[in-house]
Amino acid sequence: MTSGIEVVITGLGATTPLGGDITSTWDALLAGKSGVRPMTHDWVEKYDLPVKIASQLVVDPTEVLPRVEARRLDRSEQVAIVASRQAWSDAGHDDDTVDRQRLAVIIGTGIGGAITLLTQDDLLEQQGLRKVSPLTVPMLMPNGPAAHVGLELKAQAGVHAPVSACASGAEAIAWAYRMIKSGEADVVVAGGAEACITAIPVAGFSQARTMSTRNDEPEKASRPFDTGRDGFVLGEGAGVMVLERREFAEARGAKIYGKLAGIGTSADGYHITAPDPEGVGQSRAIAASLRSGGIDPADVGHVNCHATSTPVGDVAETVAIRKAIGDHPVLTAPKGALGHLLGAAGAVEAIVTVLSIRDGIVPQTLNLENLDPAVTLDVVAGEPRKIKLEAAVNDSFGFGGHNVALAFTPA
Amino acid sequence: MSDNVLSGLAEIVEEVAGVAADDVTAEKSFVDDLDIDSLSMVEIAVQAEDKFGVKIPDDELANLKTVGDAVNYITSNK
Repeated sequence: MTSGIEVVITGLGATTPLGGDITSTWDALLAGKSGVRPMTHDWVEKYDLPVKIASQLVVDPTEVLPRVEARRLDRSEQVAIVASRQAWSDAGHDDDTVDRQRLAVIIGTGIGGAITLLTQDDLLEQQGLRKVSPLTVPMLMPNGPAAHVGLELKAQAGVHAPVSACASGAEAIAWAYRMIKSGEADVVVAGGAEACITAIPVAGFSQARTMSTRNDEPEKASRPFDTGRDGFVLGEGAGVMVLERREFAEARGAKIYGKLAGIGTSADGYHITAPDPEGVGQSRAIAASLRSGGIDPADVGHVNCHATSTPVGDVAETVAIRKAIGDHPVLTAPKGALGHLLGAAGAVEAIVTVLSIRDGIVPQTLNLENLDPAVTLDVVAGEPRKIKLEAAVNDSFGFGGHNVALAFTPA
Repeated sequence: MSDNVLSGLAEIVEEVAGVAADDVTAEKSFVDDLDIDSLSMVEIAVQAEDKFGVKIPDDELANLKTVGDAVNYITSNK
């Protein structure tokens, strides 16, 4: 894609286990806080689940949304709405100058409305058909978060919901890039939303042996690249950014956080859950993001990693980074603090990458105490590192072998 | 018209659709005045059936255009 159109970021919004908005999340990340806490749900004991911790929202969306609005939305839709309103307002669009036929919404999710599905199934089992909500389907459908945000903003250039597991949020941003580059939209609200901390996802991930069981030390459980890592910590939240055609943003005098210079996507074709240990597909996605952005690998100072704190995945990613970029970028893995937000992860971490470029600072990888000797790259640990960035890449990978890389540069 | 039924129905409408109970008066149309969609009407009907011990079949529900229509139906079918 070589059109002369540039894609810039004008608004950010998020609600995460570190904070109810962008500023609180970013501050907590730099301060070395963890979002991981014990789960208090009764089903943890009921099913004797081996995992008793999760990375849970600090600000419950039902505290922010009007009661009646909240009751019509699945939790994944609630967080999408919360983050989107922040991003839209942050972009200065409250004055409503965008032609709706030039506005798109793309919000991905990994799992969709699992909480609604399970709650309504319980009602059907226990109380019969009459008690099943007529809103069940719009609440559980994975395009629900995108659809509700699209409806609120009256977006008519398109409303889309990529579903590619833990790459969904990044995939949405990549899709936004393509829509703006191809001239289909001037403004795209894009990101990811996930809220599935409930029994069956926890049980399923547990049975796949992918989650940390460091229940006695919740804040230390998520530790990407550390020798003591034993799996990811399930998280919830949403991240949304407003992307615009540069000329459109400049014409309205918008503040610009940075530029989404290039994107790359690929598929492993290797295994349904395991990453290719040689990182071939991942490195192709990273290389493609640099190529489409016209970025020299030598200029990439930083990679915001997908690293989820699983034994195999973290190392494979560093192999891919080395292959596509070299051994010079400085790495961080925000999941040490945030946990794994699944379909929201790529979006929230893309936002972190943008803020790293804006502020010239890379957050530390929380809980990285002993770097895995198989990792031979420079990973920020202990405290944030100041570094002026000419270009930074954000990686996201998902079950299914989906790989997405987003290459950002300064405004 | 039963005031008890009206106030009970108004509570349900407030719970489901967020319309202030005081605004739920007999002459109001569910759709045109109270902005209640067909999905919310189903929820309101199920809650009204439980609260008042009536049956509201779908073809009857379609005829209940105003709050007064619903109150009259509930009152005469309790």
